[in-house]
Amino acid sequence: MLKTIATLKEAGDITSINTLIPYAKTVGLESFMDDHGLVTVLRFRESNIGNYLINAIHGGVVGALLEHAGILHLLAETEAAVVPKIVNLSVDYLRPCLAADTFARGTVIKQGRRVANVRVVAWQDTPEKPVAAAHAHFLIGERSG
Amino acid sequence: MKPSGPLPELDNIKTVFEDIPHCKALGMQIIELRHGKGFMEVEYDKKLIGNPKTGVVHGGVITALLDTLCGVVVMSAVPENTPLATLDLRIDYLHPATPGETIRASAECYKVTEYVAFVRGLAYHDVAGDPIANCTGTFMLAATGFAPGKPPRKVKGKAAASAIAPREGGQPC
Repeated sequence: MLKTIATLKEAGDITSINTLIPYAKTVGLESFMDDHGLVTVLRFRESNIGNYLINAIHGGVVGALLEHAGILHLLAETEAAVVPKIVNLSVDYLRPCLAADTFARGTVIKQGRRVANVRVVAWQDTPEKPVAAAHAHFLIGERSG
Repeated sequence: MKPSGPLPELDNIKTVFEDIPHCKALGMQIIELRHGKGFMEVEYDKKLIGNPKTGVVHGGVITALLDTLCGVVVMSAVPENTPLATLDLRIDYLHPATPGETIRASAECYKVTEYVAFVRGLAYHDVAGDPIANCTGTFMLAATGFAPGKPPRKVKGKAAASAIAPREGGQPC
């Protein structure tokens, strides 16, 4: 059977969703579960560098990690009927994101019928020293009728 | 007080941009650059797809395009060698990008103060009147990051990086 995001969500296999998404492979987005839930990782790659003076990762791909982590977190934690559609994303850049893997974890702040407000924090060494944080809105339900 | 000094040569900024690995990886190009305003584009490519069902590119591509262009435009609007760091970037996604079509972006730096530059931008296909995304961003000036005009210096390792990391603000650019 052809695997789709919907069938993987149905099976509870959120971490395999990345394998279906070409962009996730291009930039190196992966996921795993830990004791607190889903963690999304942006693997370090030379092609993700945005500042070659200090080998910092491009802010745009850090934004992509936060958005992607938000979507996967909603798929993992909620009964979203469709793949969440992003409405907006506001990224705060807190520390330089250097040449290493970057991790992100989402928290649903408020889930309504159609829209969810999600906060996502990204870190490298330790979650206590975040490199970036975002809040985002996603559409999570189809309009009925 | 605004930072003073001559504005950078636009060709120097283009050279800095052309060497950025992630911009090369996504295929970004500067179409036009003036002091305080610029245009860029990224061609559709299957490797950028975020929704395998529809073929629509991942939002991260639009984020990276707008983040880069905003940084380039701020760089062009402040005196040469002013180091920059992105403080924040907010993006509203207005409608999905059309699969197969080039994504273009425009941005302008509309205010520069002593420590902060303010920028806004749009992503669109053919006409800016029907945007895919709208963004606003702020950049910290006088952090340590890229400084067009200075020869690029390759620094390896965390100790070296922290020595020239921004004193304030977030992502050096």
